[in-house]
Amino acid sequence: MSTEEVLKSKFPEDGLTFSEFRDNRRVVVPAAKLIPILSLLKSDLGFDMLAELTAVDYLEYEGATDRFGVIYVLLNNQTGERLVLKTFINDPSPTLPSVYSLWKSADWLEREVFDMFGITFTGHPDLRRILTPDEFTAHPLRKDYPLKGRGERHNFPIVVRSDG
Amino acid sequence: MAMKDVPDNIFMTTLDAAASWARSNSLWPMPFATACCGIELMATASSRFDLARFGAEVMRFSPRQCDLMIVAGRVAMKMLPVLQRIWQQMPEPKWCISMGACACTGGVFDTYAVVQGVDRFIPVDLYVPGCPPRPEQLMAGIIALQDKIKHGGTLNGTEFARRDHSTGPVPFDKDELIRIREANEQLVSLN
Ligand code: SF4
Repeated sequence: MSTEEVLKSKFPEDGLTFSEFRDNRRVVVPAAKLIPILSLLKSDLGFDMLAELTAVDYLEYEGATDRFGVIYVLLNNQTGERLVLKTFINDPSPTLPSVYSLWKSADWLEREVFDMFGITFTGHPDLRRILTPDEFTAHPLRKDYPLKGRGERHNFPIVVRSDG
Repeated sequence: MAMKDVPDNIFMTTLDAAASWARSNSLWPMPFATACCGIELMATASSRFDLARFGAEVMRFSPRQCDLMIVAGRVAMKMLPVLQRIWQQMPEPKWCISMGACACTGGVFDTYAVVQGVDRFIPVDLYVPGCPPRPEQLMAGIIALQDKIKHGGTLNGTEFARRDHSTGPVPFDKDELIRIREANEQLVSLN
């Protein structure tokens, strides 16, 4: 049975939508079923690697109904099969369960998504900012954050020559 | 001793000028290379262009052994405190060259994460324009700086003590304030 058939037979009521673009196979899943589906993919279908975890902010995007899309790219190292899994979440306080317990690579990837989009992953062992400085307060990849920032890049003490 | 008694191989000068001459011909650069300009800086130091001809080939990666900081590349907002700290760790007398469009003005990277010119936050003696500057251009910069050191230097560095205000652009220029206000208004209307 193919991955698609297994998923359809195990989660018949969840309205999983499958699509294909070039050689990417994609599936959209409801956020509430994320962990059961991902666990199944790992344990039964052999997706032993989380290659990428990222997010998209659909604010003001034409035809979009949800604010954030979170994307998991899975890889089966035995067969070379890849699967792109997507789920949607919304304001306020967008939250998803962490997949750190399934794939350790989720550690930094989830921290990055948290840093850039402000999406919290419950159950992550150490959810801190990873790219921006610790004292940063915004989430720069959100569409309502201005490209040039809110003055953070100018917020430093000035060292003059006579200071030594 | 009259002037006619001085042998040919002795010449007179001031201590300041002698010290400045020595300093200008043995600059020890600190390569603060954060991006593509750093590659050009490496080319400058290596055999084809040979910075050693100007006595400035001893790149040291410890700030305590350097007296010329070359900021080569864009400085991210997270890197700026590091840059300032390294500058302050360098012993006196010291100079700073801002190399390339990014270090001088932020270049094409006008985003929240990139400092728009290191001269806003640390003192800069000389700017080398270009993206990236050719090695010849950097050398011309170093020669110009040597000239500056020879002509203005004093033994105890009193000329530095007089530079007690920042000469870079004001960190918050008016446009920036207007833009930040607009961004905030936009944010309010979105929410
Ligand atoms: S000035 Fe050009 S070459 Fe230099 S760091 Fe910037 S982009 Fe790179």
